[in-house]
Amino acid sequence: MTQEKVVLNTNKWIDNYADYMYNYAIVRVNDSDLAKDLVQDTFFAGLKSAKNFQGKSTERTWLVSILKRKIIDYYRKINSKKGKAEVRMNFYEDGENEGNWLEERVPQSWNNASEKAIENEELKTQLESCIDALPEKYGMVFRMKTIQEFETEEICKELDITSSNLWVIIHRARTQLRKCMEDNWFNS
Amino acid sequence: MFKSFRITCNEATTICDKNQYGEATLLEKLKLNMHFIRCKICFSYTKQNMTLTKIYKGHAKSCKDIKHCMPPKDKELLKEELSKFNV
Repeated sequence: MTQEKVVLNTNKWIDNYADYMYNYAIVRVNDSDLAKDLVQDTFFAGLKSAKNFQGKSTERTWLVSILKRKIIDYYRKINSKKGKAEVRMNFYEDGENEGNWLEERVPQSWNNASEKAIENEELKTQLESCIDALPEKYGMVFRMKTIQEFETEEICKELDITSSNLWVIIHRARTQLRKCMEDNWFNS
Repeated sequence: MFKSFRITCNEATTICDKNQYGEATLLEKLKLNMHFIRCKICFSYTKQNMTLTKIYKGHAKSCKDIKHCMPPKDKELLKEELSKFNV
């Protein structure tokens, strides 16, 4: 029995899948230029390996699987960045106080917290600016878990990380965000 | 026995964060509540964390409704690039 050759409709890729893939990428990386680059790289990679497409999935599923790999590569790249991306620690790292709050990082009481928690545009702008100030990988995981509300398992699979790794990242992102919101919103 | 329930503030706040997504285990919640008895700072952190979760959820709701589309001019550029590759 001869196997039928599956032909990809590459001329229609942009019209059919660019928006879906761009949206897929941007909710994960939150950067339009980067999302465009990832989509472009995915299409090129797709063209290069078109002969490997066996038609077991749809064209879109196949392209998205390539895009997912590109996102993992990007995550690994930002994960290996040191220096600027390092976060100020909130807890003693050793000694008899190990794991306890550093004095200067102890949560302060908030002025009019309930009044300040009322949703408005100004609050959204401040929150976005605090999320943007997070190290890139923390921002990415925080957005996927908290803003896009992805399942833990899904994020771990997509970024190739363990769940304990995810919770450490979420914890660091949230403590840093809390401090930023405390300084710039609740006590400003 | 209770010694094994003793956790640091770092661990307590990690559990607290996990709990904001409803994913802390029963044992973790137990450890967290025992930690609160001796640590008012983490108790206050938790209260503030709940306020923040409310804010994040409100923000999530408005963000999730947005569907991003690639700008038409970028699509055209991409088409040109891909056509070069196809030649």
